[in-house]
Amino acid sequence: MSIKDIKKEFPIFNNKIQNNDLVYLDSANSSQKPQVVVDRIYDFYTKEFSNVGRSIHYLAVAATNLYENTRTLVQKYINAKDKNEIVFTKGATEAINLVANTFGQKHLNEGDEILLTELEHHSNYVPWHYLRKSKGVKIKFAEMDENGDITLETIEKNITDKTKIIAITHLSNVTGAILPVKEITKLAHSKNIPVLIDGCQGAPHLKLDMQDLDCDFYAISCHKMYGPTGLGILYAKKKWLEELPPYQGGGGMIREVKKEGITFGELPNKYEAGTMATAQVIAFGESIKFINKIGIENIEKHERELTVYGEEVLRKNNSVKLIGNPKDKGSVLSFTLDGVHPHDIATILDEDGVAIRAGHHCCQILHEKLGLSATARASLGVYNTKDDLDQLNESLNKCKKIFS
Amino acid sequence: MDLKELYQEIILEHGKNPRNLGKFENFNKDAEGYNPLCGDKVHVYLKLNENKEIEDISFEGHGCAISMASASIMTELMKDKKNPEVKEILNDFLGMIKQSPELKSQLIKEDEKTKLMSLSGVKQYPMRVKCATIAWHALAAAMNYKKDENDSEKFI
Repeated sequence: MSIKDIKKEFPIFNNKIQNNDLVYLDSANSSQKPQVVVDRIYDFYTKEFSNVGRSIHYLAVAATNLYENTRTLVQKYINAKDKNEIVFTKGATEAINLVANTFGQKHLNEGDEILLTELEHHSNYVPWHYLRKSKGVKIKFAEMDENGDITLETIEKNITDKTKIIAITHLSNVTGAILPVKEITKLAHSKNIPVLIDGCQGAPHLKLDMQDLDCDFYAISCHKMYGPTGLGILYAKKKWLEELPPYQGGGGMIREVKKEGITFGELPNKYEAGTMATAQVIAFGESIKFINKIGIENIEKHERELTVYGEEVLRKNNSVKLIGNPKDKGSVLSFTLDGVHPHDIATILDEDGVAIRAGHHCCQILHEKLGLSATARASLGVYNTKDDLDQLNESLNKCKKIFS
Repeated sequence: MDLKELYQEIILEHGKNPRNLGKFENFNKDAEGYNPLCGDKVHVYLKLNENKEIEDISFEGHGCAISMASASIMTELMKDKKNPEVKEILNDFLGMIKQSPELKSQLIKEDEKTKLMSLSGVKQYPMRVKCATIAWHALAAAMNYKKDENDSEKFI
């Protein structure tokens, strides 16, 4: 499949949005869906629907196989050692909450430290925050440098003998910084500290290899990977999933339930309580196949070229100030425009069919550090082209004109 | 939708040069309006005298052109207004932004109505309504008005 023709695979681009061709630059928020994913949801509900893992009738068995097939596809996609290291959740947020809750319950005590970074999305800070009250733990933030980067040295400097877990983003959704996660994991492991990586922005854009990366936990958001909403994935090393307590209780995750007590099920059921997002899981299998058909390496190459082009275009525009200049940057272009608030930019761009995000992007710690209440952000996906970035620039000039 | 309706000249002008911007020394009432969606803040300061008359009013904050212009126009209008008048104008404005096609209060002069109506463009942009009302909610809080149980955009 050639990158050039990719846009055709996404039905949203066939329709005009408010009489404009859609220039979608909000993929860091959520990506658009290819036809194969939409069709899979429809087909499952119309021809194959049943709950999974319970009944033994034909449809139930077939649906269970489809559901488990996605687990295997994900395992292979991220090169996890075991398919039971893949846990489906309602989102990456739930994946991080699962770890914060269960790891916190079992391993954290008063005075222990959790090391995060100033780049973290609220979903990789708020779940840990609860442990301040319940366990009396301390949260430290590794400082972002003037380029919007987090270096290995900064992480090292913040590790103490109280550090019990490090939770960091793979790719910042504001500065675009790609963190040296492999090196950080190696360093942390040399001090016996487990590492959680928030891969919401990493997984859609970078090739993943869990065995090579060696992290303990990796959270994925499926709707940012051309997949359905309501679904996330927690990758966790088997030893953790076996050792940590269950997160939610309910049907499907138990072995035996008696009035006197309960025993819990085997992996991965232990962490999948209740009826799961079955249709979404099955459709997400198509997202993985879609990415594999293009090749994640090709997607990464395409998006890196576009990021460089976008930076060039925006740098030439004297009124635009780019936020973050990290050494290794992925598909995110955050910026401000002289004299125009990001929300006004977003409204004016929207009039031209250019969809961007404006605000703090769920990163208030980072924005406070920048001294800004809001920024504008254009973020890229496989379907974007240089024309999209030219249109962005043209519409930014229109903003300037209105506000001049 | 029409951008020209949203970004009328009055709004752009007030957004660029907001009136009554900055905290003044002898205020005795204040409150902050906050939009969690975008992180914008508008802090309103009042000097309320014994007769519950707004002797002085100003605001501090950062935000989009709409929120800054709205705060600017509001502070101009509310200066020297007494308590029941403040509430009437406030409810009239919020009612207009929410649904009413026009401002009904006799307390608002024609030229003031024109300024306030310039903010009515946000009606077409539901995500921006909060921008136009953030300062007004802060004023209501500073005046200790309570929200009507049946209408969150009305104060009693």
